[in-house]
Amino acid sequence: MSALTLYDKLWSSHVVREEADGTALVYIDRHLVHEVTSPQAYEGLKLAGRKPWRIDSIVATADHNTPTRDWDQGIRDPISRTQVETLDANIREFGAKAYFPFLDERQGIVHVIGPEQGATLPGMTVVCGDSHTSTHGAFAALAFGIGTSEVEHVLATQCLNMKKARCMLVRVDGTLGRGVTAKDMALAVIGRIGTAGGTGFAIEFGGSAVRDLSMEGRMTLCNMAIEAGARAGMVAADETTIAYLRGRTFAPSDTGWAQAVAYWKTLHSDVGAGFDRTVELQAEDIAPQVTWGTSPEMVDTIDGRVPDPALIADPLRRASVERALEYMGLAANTAITDIRIDKVFIGSCTNSRIEDLRAAALVVKGRKLAASVKLAMVVPGSGPVKRAAEAEGLDQVFIAAGFEWREPGCSMCLAMNDDRLEPGERCASTSNRNFEGRQGAGGRTHLVSPAMAAAAGIAGHFVDVRKAF
Amino acid sequence: MEKFVPLNGLVAPLDRANVDTDAIIPKQFLKSIKRTGFGPNLFDAWRYLDHGEPGIDNSTRPLNRDFILNSPRYQGAQILLTRENFGCGSSREHAPWALLDFGFRAVIAPSFADIFFNNCYKNGLLPVVLPAQTVDALFEATIATPGYRLTVDLAAQQVTTPQGVGHGFEVGAFRKHCLLEGLDEISLTLAHAEAIRTFEQSHRAAQPWLFG
Ligand code: SF4
Repeated sequence: MSALTLYDKLWSSHVVREEADGTALVYIDRHLVHEVTSPQAYEGLKLAGRKPWRIDSIVATADHNTPTRDWDQGIRDPISRTQVETLDANIREFGAKAYFPFLDERQGIVHVIGPEQGATLPGMTVVCGDSHTSTHGAFAALAFGIGTSEVEHVLATQCLNMKKARCMLVRVDGTLGRGVTAKDMALAVIGRIGTAGGTGFAIEFGGSAVRDLSMEGRMTLCNMAIEAGARAGMVAADETTIAYLRGRTFAPSDTGWAQAVAYWKTLHSDVGAGFDRTVELQAEDIAPQVTWGTSPEMVDTIDGRVPDPALIADPLRRASVERALEYMGLAANTAITDIRIDKVFIGSCTNSRIEDLRAAALVVKGRKLAASVKLAMVVPGSGPVKRAAEAEGLDQVFIAAGFEWREPGCSMCLAMNDDRLEPGERCASTSNRNFEGRQGAGGRTHLVSPAMAAAAGIAGHFVDVRKAF
Repeated sequence: MEKFVPLNGLVAPLDRANVDTDAIIPKQFLKSIKRTGFGPNLFDAWRYLDHGEPGIDNSTRPLNRDFILNSPRYQGAQILLTRENFGCGSSREHAPWALLDFGFRAVIAPSFADIFFNNCYKNGLLPVVLPAQTVDALFEATIATPGYRLTVDLAAQQVTTPQGVGHGFEVGAFRKHCLLEGLDEISLTLAHAEAIRTFEQSHRAAQPWLFG
């Protein structure tokens, strides 16, 4: 048999049938549902008089609209509340394997709770009406975001029509330096291939530096695959994967476990498997990254400078850099370390897991937030992450330094609740998108790792966490 | 879904690369639980000078006169001409809903983000990929010629200029069929319910831990 990639294996084990033009009907194992992209899908289902095909594939939570404080007062924004209540009603009517509603102690960001509960397993196809579903590929799953029509299609048929993507190997060998994280790796990859570099591809991340990452780090990396244009990112299953899953609520138990593990161990690319494109990076070359513009590919290292549009020959690219600098309120050639910030956001499905909070707390411990920083908030990815952090005393470390310790949710990653930037405010953010207005109309976002965000909060401007702390 | 019939429409040029879904329809409008009504908030932050929120009267808001879609000559445009990686970012289907609600039936660009591209097909909005040089030429012609229209023919897989110059484009046979016929994809799939059940049985036998 010819050598197969991990993607080939995941794909072929889920094809139900194929059209003449190669469009395949692909079976979906896990359907994650949240309040923003599901109401119209359930409405469509109802209008057509249909029922979900397989309720035990559905795991749901409310995360995008939920507030991060004063939970005792409920959701005050009536439009947000309606959306969350609509999800409540839909799950009540149609059912799910598990539902973690607003106020539930296991509630959290959909991409944090799936893995945390063992609802994301190797070999699965995982979908969600959310582009960062790529996160779950860290478990050697084929995981990708879908639109609302596809949410309805999966609800009704347990399948999706799709064409096989091309496959890209992003290989990072070597060892990451101290203070350099999976987030920096992800941004460095995007800086290299661009935000459209992965369009039409599924990306497998490999190499020794990827294998050395914890599951949290692998999730951060796969999470950002979509920012490189790839619908899916993935990492082969190994002992790290298996150790993470053991004992989780929805992971197989007892007799099923051994059988599952034996299968999971086959979930890697075979030696000699061919990729359509290979990109190689050396871990030692990766420095802490900071974005300066309005697209994740507008990124440089902490010791870099904001580019000078006058030096860019391509007129389209020059115009887009000029536009970005204008929006960001930055002069050409500004040193990244001279950029002062107003707010810090530590959270999002990219960087809100326990390891991320530990990394930020290590920098913050015993220090104080810079007086010029108006607000620094830490938003854990889920209830269990929050309680684990509190058990370690991380909440007290943050609070003592002047950071706010919040309830879990998406929060200021996209600012659908009332956590947001005001026009012109500049934020060091551990989230994944620095688009115009993403964190609030007129807000200016710089994407960084949790340690770098924490360090910027202490210094009041970006600093090299490797040197300053 | 509506059938895609050959379209002869006014072209509006949006000369930006990497237009993301947050720009197409900002997140505050995602709180709606409907599929319709997003048109007035398409490109909200670029189109208006103030900040938009759901439920407010858009007709009295101050317009950004510099934004291309506010220019009198592009009123009634049905074809959006834009640059590479259009629709990058989130999976929100509100993006194609907003474009359609505004009146667009086709978007022409050198490339699209994958999820957005898919979402367009599910809603009868046709994303057309043309080579970057062709898009360049179309931008020039659109800007130079008031009232510039293009014909987009899905059956023939061709975009035709007023001078009769044809530019072919690729589209998968299955998608093309669904869009031309305005088919309900769920009904099509449910016609294969037996195949899905058969697959499910063997899948369950191989990986029983995925079920239950
Ligand atoms: S944390 Fe941000 S990127 Fe992640 S699911 Fe929530 S809104 Fe989307």
